Amino acid sequence: MSDVSTLGLRQSRLFTASEILGYLVLAVVIFIVIPSALDAFRLNLFGKYLTYAFVAIGLVLCWGVGGILSLGQGVFFGLGGYCMAMFLKLEASTPENTAIQSTPGIPDFMDWNQLTELPWWWVPFNSFAVTVFAIVAVPMVLAFVIGLAMFTRRVSGVYFAIITQAIAAIATILIIGQQGFTGGVNGITDLRTLMGWDIRPDNAKTILYFVSGILLFAVLFVAHVIRKSKAGRLMIAIRDREDRVRFSGYNVANFKIFVFCVGAAFAAIGGAMFTLQVGFISPTLVGIVPSIYMVIFCAVGGRSSLIGAVYGALLVNWAQTTFSESFPELWLLAMGALFIAVVMAFPMGLAGLYDDYLKRHVDRVLAPVDRMMIHRAARRESEKLSATRATQPAE
Amino acid sequence: MTKRPDTETVVTGPSRRGVLMGATAAAMTASLFTPKSLRAADFPTAEVNTTGLAVTDDAVTIGILHSITGTMSISETGSVQAEKLAIEQINAQGGILGRKIEYIQEDGASDWPTFAEKSRKLLVNDKVASVMGCWTSASRKAVLPVFEQHNGFLYYPTFYEGLEQSPNVIYTGQEATQQIIAGLDWVAKEKGAETFYLLGSDYIWPRTSNKIARKHIENFLGKKVLGEEYYPLGHTQFNSVINKIRLRKPDVIYAIVVGGSNVAFYKQLKAAGIDMTEESPLLLTISVTEDEIRGIGGENIEGAYACMKYFQSLDNENNVEFVSAFKEMWGEDMVIGDVTQAAYLGPWLYKAAVEKAGSFDVDKVREASPGIELTTAPEGYVKVHENHHLWSKTRVGRAQADGQYEVVFETADLVEPDPFPEGYQ
Repeated sequence: MSDVSTLGLRQSRLFTASEILGYLVLAVVIFIVIPSALDAFRLNLFGKYLTYAFVAIGLVLCWGVGGILSLGQGVFFGLGGYCMAMFLKLEASTPENTAIQSTPGIPDFMDWNQLTELPWWWVPFNSFAVTVFAIVAVPMVLAFVIGLAMFTRRVSGVYFAIITQAIAAIATILIIGQQGFTGGVNGITDLRTLMGWDIRPDNAKTILYFVSGILLFAVLFVAHVIRKSKAGRLMIAIRDREDRVRFSGYNVANFKIFVFCVGAAFAAIGGAMFTLQVGFISPTLVGIVPSIYMVIFCAVGGRSSLIGAVYGALLVNWAQTTFSESFPELWLLAMGALFIAVVMAFPMGLAGLYDDYLKRHVDRVLAPVDRMMIHRAARRESEKLSATRATQPAE
Repeated sequence: MTKRPDTETVVTGPSRRGVLMGATAAAMTASLFTPKSLRAADFPTAEVNTTGLAVTDDAVTIGILHSITGTMSISETGSVQAEKLAIEQINAQGGILGRKIEYIQEDGASDWPTFAEKSRKLLVNDKVASVMGCWTSASRKAVLPVFEQHNGFLYYPTFYEGLEQSPNVIYTGQEATQQIIAGLDWVAKEKGAETFYLLGSDYIWPRTSNKIARKHIENFLGKKVLGEEYYPLGHTQFNSVINKIRLRKPDVIYAIVVGGSNVAFYKQLKAAGIDMTEESPLLLTISVTEDEIRGIGGENIEGAYACMKYFQSLDNENNVEFVSAFKEMWGEDMVIGDVTQAAYLGPWLYKAAVEKAGSFDVDKVREASPGIELTTAPEGYVKVHENHHLWSKTRVGRAQADGQYEVVFETADLVEPDPFPEGYQ
């Protein structure tokens, strides 16, 4: 067993001991600490914060790993949310529930806007399977089109950020303008049941919290795999020296489009969970301001740390709720001060603080475990190698 | 979670004189419809609060939920001020069933999900007995499922599009027909208007209102609508529609432009040489109160007509007292618009309903609400309808250069609220 191959293993294996510890701690926080410490109302709030964590994880991949700063993640969050809301709204708009309308059986806001039948593109959302597919597919298609248009033309950096911001503004105006089809400024409200299951009571919210938590870990796992894969390491290379990667023969645009689409899908899953937990969706979640907020979650958590992004989303939202409850007149200033403090004092966010002060202690404690893991992996590798040698005699 | 200072601290605060003034006014006016000094001891907490609301032997906690940050804060601040004034006046005369009103204020931050979050907080965590709040329809739609799920009780102050009647809301503003029909009748009869041009900001309230206006103009008055147009919220370029108006020469411009767009719209109208004092065309709006004129500038809107239920210049005893108490508490330069007055009614209607029911329980307050009368309302006499809206008069005012309206017309009788008007759908 040579030192070189251990080094390779050290870099390429999927989880290091400290990463496993990090995920375990996060799991304990999300599944045990928060639910046992909070009442149903506060837990529901944290359920809402968790949905923003999906967006933050996507942003870590796009921005922290890929170097693509998107100020339009709210669009994807909103698309996911609207897809889910359309399904729920159709379920809530039975002819019995809407009997007082001029046209019973269509969503109430359509009736107020003199629509007399369901628009054709609403019809597929009668099916839950189609809805689930659309929640992920629609934002990904949009992200693909944007990515194709931008990245193949080598639009990047601040120009890309500005364009995504413009897209967020356009999306808001479009949704507000087409109020007969989208509910306009009010959004899609008064959602009641998901396939007959009432989503409004406290116990439903608690279940949705755990569903969000589980989905969050699924998303974290996918993000982690992408980051550790060859594509992930190439993304980091693109972030740091795009030209060199291009000169090495890689198609840089494809990698960027890929990671942008993944980020969009994550945001959309968050959006769909948001609609379920909050009970409505509106254009205020699509525009420029929420999109920037989402970047702030990611920045506070540490833009290159997946776990940090989750903590960032939880912390910023919790601070916002707490400040605004304690100082209804001054909370915006308090939030501003928090962000300035973050940028001035620890520009790499919470994850940066961890790296600077805690990581080496944790690493020292975990070093024996880490060595053991590498050792085992190395042994497994060599066993596999000898096994293949045994079954396939040399030619 | 903060409890705002209750009356004790407020009374010793800097605005002592204002409070005393307000208190006297309130005591005078309120004596008309409630027995004086109900004592809490006569109404044991265990009997008047069977559902675990935040009611103690000497206090009842209610919520105030408006935007005090963000784009809506300019509009909603007046409502918050009016509600606080009413609460203070009620406390000064002994509170509700002998209990002082304490309030917890939350900021909706002009953001609809935040409204939903804060309303849950008020109802679930703080167990407030009722909530004074919301302004835009979007925020009301966002909190409505929360109020219905947790059986809360909301007093909603804004004139709005109707098409709603929740058992958990009392609508103290006008629904659309109350604000539109009498004004159109007046302009057709008194001003001989034959042709109308409808325009508005693009969202549910202006669209629904114009739908009702168009049906009324075409089907009931037999007049003509020459055009109907909408502009996104925040739009500031009205030159194209102004040119169209000059070409087609309607008798009446019926404008439902809201928020910051108003400033641009009226300035551009004036700049285009349309002098509203000449009334050709005449401009009739349902979206500009005294609050908005502060932004537009009185000289830019002088001569326009507005159709509301309340103007600050209303000449009656209740209103004179209300205006002076409001200015004492919040400053001489304050103006009071239609919604501010409607917000002021909220706590008073709540007090009357609770005392009629002899209970703070939401179900009993709801049951007691229809039929509640206020003879002390600044707008005059109002009454709660079975459908949870108010009977109130419709008035037309003419904008003056000083930013006030001169009342030129009011309906003889109270107008019945009709949130689901037949023939207008």
